[in-house]
Amino acid sequence: MVQSLNRFARSLPVWAVWVMGMIPLALLVWDTFQGNLGVEPVRDIEHRLGRTAIYFLIATLTVTPLLRLTRINLMRFRQALGLICFTYVVLHLLSWVVFDMAFFWGQMIKDVVKRPYLIFGMLASLMLLVLAITSNRFSIRRMGANWRRLHRLIYPAALLAAAHWLWALKIWEAKPLLILAAILALLSLRLLWFLRIRANIAGRRIRT
Amino acid sequence: AIALTGKSSAFSTDEKPNSFEEITNYNNFYEFGTGKTDPATYSGSLRPQPWSVKIGGMVDRPGNYGVEDLAPDSALEERIYRLRCVEAWSMVIPWLGVPLASVLEKAGVQPGAKYVSFQTLLDPEQMPGQRASRGIDWPYREGLRLDEAMHPLTILATGLYGKVLPNQNGAPIRLVVPWKYGFKSIKSIVAITLTDMQPGTTWKMLQSSEYGFYANVNPQVDHPRWSQATERRIGAGLLGGRQETLMFNGYADQVASMYAGMDLAKNY
Repeated sequence: MVQSLNRFARSLPVWAVWVMGMIPLALLVWDTFQGNLGVEPVRDIEHRLGRTAIYFLIATLTVTPLLRLTRINLMRFRQALGLICFTYVVLHLLSWVVFDMAFFWGQMIKDVVKRPYLIFGMLASLMLLVLAITSNRFSIRRMGANWRRLHRLIYPAALLAAAHWLWALKIWEAKPLLILAAILALLSLRLLWFLRIRANIAGRRIRT
Repeated sequence: AIALTGKSSAFSTDEKPNSFEEITNYNNFYEFGTGKTDPATYSGSLRPQPWSVKIGGMVDRPGNYGVEDLAPDSALEERIYRLRCVEAWSMVIPWLGVPLASVLEKAGVQPGAKYVSFQTLLDPEQMPGQRASRGIDWPYREGLRLDEAMHPLTILATGLYGKVLPNQNGAPIRLVVPWKYGFKSIKSIVAITLTDMQPGTTWKMLQSSEYGFYANVNPQVDHPRWSQATERRIGAGLLGGRQETLMFNGYADQVASMYAGMDLAKNY
């Protein structure tokens, strides 16, 4: 099964992932123009874009564990998944600036330096911006080992994004708590692997 | 719904009211779920008739009062009020109701009473949202100082837009205090109690660092996690923008004197 899945993944062009990644956006545009977003479309647009961004962030974080645990190899699509995530981050920010805050720059700036949930969101966006800029092959080649180190920024970015969502709400809600749990699970797998590698190295050192 | 009419009132704003559709499809009423359309979708299980309100505590004539006794159709007034939610959105709503003062006078407020406390129905069968706690100690509770309760702007509403109050808006009878954040205006009231001590109120009990007893609309005192300086008017559309929030939601002329000398940053 894994082999046929991998064969299928190899035959799938990367642009097909982009097309799928834009389906949530197309649905949102459709719903907006159809009037399906109810009496307050701004909130729905902003929140749906943010939620979609975090779903793709989780998809990006899933690629490596999936390969290690099941041998299903989606590594070719990881860059596209990350960039789709960042696209939704940009749209989420734009909807906030244009629709929600209506270019009230003074209040936006005051809020961004003062409100924890906005600080978390902005920090996560900045980290993802850096990752998006350096996601090309040229940067990978040029930065060498530093590239891997830099791209670990996705871990704090994911945690900040989940905190951003939870912190914006009046009470604890199930969906963002599930998202946080998923992110914590994906990150603890990595921590586990990291600790095991370190233990192995230490073990080898003792033996030699 | 049954048609109702109300005498027009000098307390009404001349701002354009939101549409009936907007007012009845964008609600915070956690007894039916936390989504804005949950109350419209799930409040069909509420049975607003028959209904009585238990008035007790420091009153001369305690007892169970029918909604019709408290707010007879012939006494209804139309009050077009701004509503400002603590979440920084707003609406304009043409309520039908009676001054709370008229209701309290019926029960006869005793001299020592200082506060009025209110309770929403507690019945998870009718209010499925109460099956989940979400940290809230049901039933929903609110309270006012007696002078706030007796203020002519404070009403008990039983209708809006010439119709009996829809379930999602707090049928059959709810409080409306237009200079305070919307959560003070408790819905589907089953008990009104006069006391000499400040009563516990739901949002304050849940998170007292963010929600106070007074909850007066105040653009200078931010919610700890978001600004209260501006608001979005529901229904303004994608490019409707924001507007400045007014002190006491624009009712400062009528109500500011009640808070003279109080530190409003402390008594939020």
